[in-house]
Amino acid sequence: MTTTLERTSAPAAANSLTAGQLPRWMPWVLLAAALALSAAAFAVVNLGEEVRDFNISGAVFFGLLAFGIVLVALSSVVETRRRAVDRLATILVSLAFSLALLPLISLLFTVVVDGIARFDGTFFSWSMRSVVGEGGGALHAIWGTLLVTLAAAVISVPIGLMTSIYLVEYGRGRVAKAITFFVDVMTGIPSIVAGLFIVALFAMLFGPGLNMGFMGSLALAVLMIPVVVRSSEEMLRLVPNELREAAYALGVPKWLTIAKVVLPTAIAGITTGIMLAIARVIGETAPLLLTAGFTNSMNLDLFSQPMMTLPVFVYDQFQNPGTNIQAALERAWAGALTLILIVMALNLIARLVAKKFAPKFGR
Amino acid sequence: MTSTAPPVTTHTPRPQPKKRPGDLLFSGTALGAGVIILLVLAAVTFFLIIESIPAFTADPDNTQFLNGTPFLQYVWPLVFGTVWASIIALIIAAPLSIGIALFISHYAPRRIASLLGYIVDLLAAIPSVVYGLWGALVFSRMLQPFYVWLNEHFGWIPFFAGVVSPTGRTILTASLVLAVMVLPIMTAICREVFLQTPKLHEEAALALGATRWEMIRMAVFPFGRGGMVSAAMLALGRALGETMAVTMVLSATGAVTFQVLTSNNPTPIPANIALNFGEAYGTGINVLIATGLILFIVTFAVNAVARWIVNRRAEFSGAN
Repeated sequence: MTTTLERTSAPAAANSLTAGQLPRWMPWVLLAAALALSAAAFAVVNLGEEVRDFNISGAVFFGLLAFGIVLVALSSVVETRRRAVDRLATILVSLAFSLALLPLISLLFTVVVDGIARFDGTFFSWSMRSVVGEGGGALHAIWGTLLVTLAAAVISVPIGLMTSIYLVEYGRGRVAKAITFFVDVMTGIPSIVAGLFIVALFAMLFGPGLNMGFMGSLALAVLMIPVVVRSSEEMLRLVPNELREAAYALGVPKWLTIAKVVLPTAIAGITTGIMLAIARVIGETAPLLLTAGFTNSMNLDLFSQPMMTLPVFVYDQFQNPGTNIQAALERAWAGALTLILIVMALNLIARLVAKKFAPKFGR
Repeated sequence: MTSTAPPVTTHTPRPQPKKRPGDLLFSGTALGAGVIILLVLAAVTFFLIIESIPAFTADPDNTQFLNGTPFLQYVWPLVFGTVWASIIALIIAAPLSIGIALFISHYAPRRIASLLGYIVDLLAAIPSVVYGLWGALVFSRMLQPFYVWLNEHFGWIPFFAGVVSPTGRTILTASLVLAVMVLPIMTAICREVFLQTPKLHEEAALALGATRWEMIRMAVFPFGRGGMVSAAMLALGRALGETMAVTMVLSATGAVTFQVLTSNNPTPIPANIALNFGEAYGTGINVLIATGLILFIVTFAVNAVARWIVNRRAEFSGAN
């Protein structure tokens, strides 16, 4: 009698739904234990040597390895084999995530730490005209980047947006298929080939050896158009057909339906896509290297003379540091920091736009 | 007065849609924009080919860069370098980015997930020249001791043989930087695709007793296979054409070798163009444009193959 009583009461105390499962805290405890053990083992090996020689990456690596093996083994014994596989997948996925974050954290950290040294007033108020060694700034490059990118956006946004409207709303048959195919091809154009194309075009039209800001804008537009088409197309396709049909049913003409119903619904996504496209091309270096060229002086005219841009400035300071290498590298890092800040600001604005004007759907 | 007359006589059973000027203007502009894209692409191909012809026809002995070798012999080590660096990068980046995308879409807590997605988008926009600067000045120095270790213990694998580069600016570093660069792009697309999985499929799988991993294998992967391939295709395309990071990181010598740790490294085409364009003159420019044309063809071929895979998969995926 007592044994049966015990048997019936035991599962009631431990919830029958969670029976045969590892408790939720188990993985975390195991992880901590494995890391601690591994660190201790490496510390023993490191005994008598300098503390800075302590092999952190080795300790973490073997700690994670031990954690994975123990947890999967434990899970396959206590739980089922399927659960063990599930746990293994969870570990691998989380590991992939943390592994990939490391270089990115290192990148951002370095850019901020090394860039802050020359991130000062001189950097934003001077060009590099007749600057040797220390000092000098990137004002000419910042203006160049803004002008070249703005011109590229002015060229590519109308073309890209109208193309996407054509593809989604009007495009049937061969022309639409051809455009979709060639937008795909254009997406794959390497940035340097876009630069070479503009060089070849201007060489044939006006003779070789030309450099000007507008050539850079055209090269960037070649890269930007497919991005704009792709993102806008995707956003327009997300607009539910019911909205269009409701508008048609009320007798609204097609173009008004597009302009007043479809575009406003998708405008947040489209703006975000355009912003991200700008952020993508604003950092392009290779095509500008070939088209807009190098200069140390201020030039605000898109149609004559080479025009410096921020990415080319960074590359130039790195590749041709001149006599004072340290000063040049500091300028390069400051330029990189500026570039990242511009890109981040663009992204942030894009996000805010997306959030503020997003249509309210479910999900 | 005439307008008030009822149109009884023109009684048609099915009224023709009215041709409004707004409609015509709108559809015309839209079509025009599409045609411009076709024209631009035709122009890219046309001008690249026209400007490349001198590289093939000119006497190699009197041409800059060629120095007596025929053009094809000049370009094939460069093609090798391009493909080799990109393939290593893709092999490293593909599983990682699928993992990250899964982590963000299906593993991380909801609240953190949107923040993580934002961070990934941000990283996708970091300019390549910044990656190049970091790769050349920081990352290569961090990797160098690891390369020495790799060479000591795994030198019997042909890839890791040879004399280790003292600077760490090898093809493997360049590929790793490329991998880091394409990670955010590939992750962003994969995440989008994974999030598009119909909630009902996922919930059905879980209701049938599948674990999370089984649900992902049965509902998420089949749905997202085409998206994953096209993400990899975009990543490979970017890696093939990536110029600045490779130019700045790699100390290129133009060798054809599979050893990834030595200072004797293959030169990818874009890096070759960027390094030599400044001093190019005369037919030298044509030679560089011709290598650009080859790069264009290579990326085109890669994209075409990937698109073919996507289309073939689409029929079987069961998603739609």
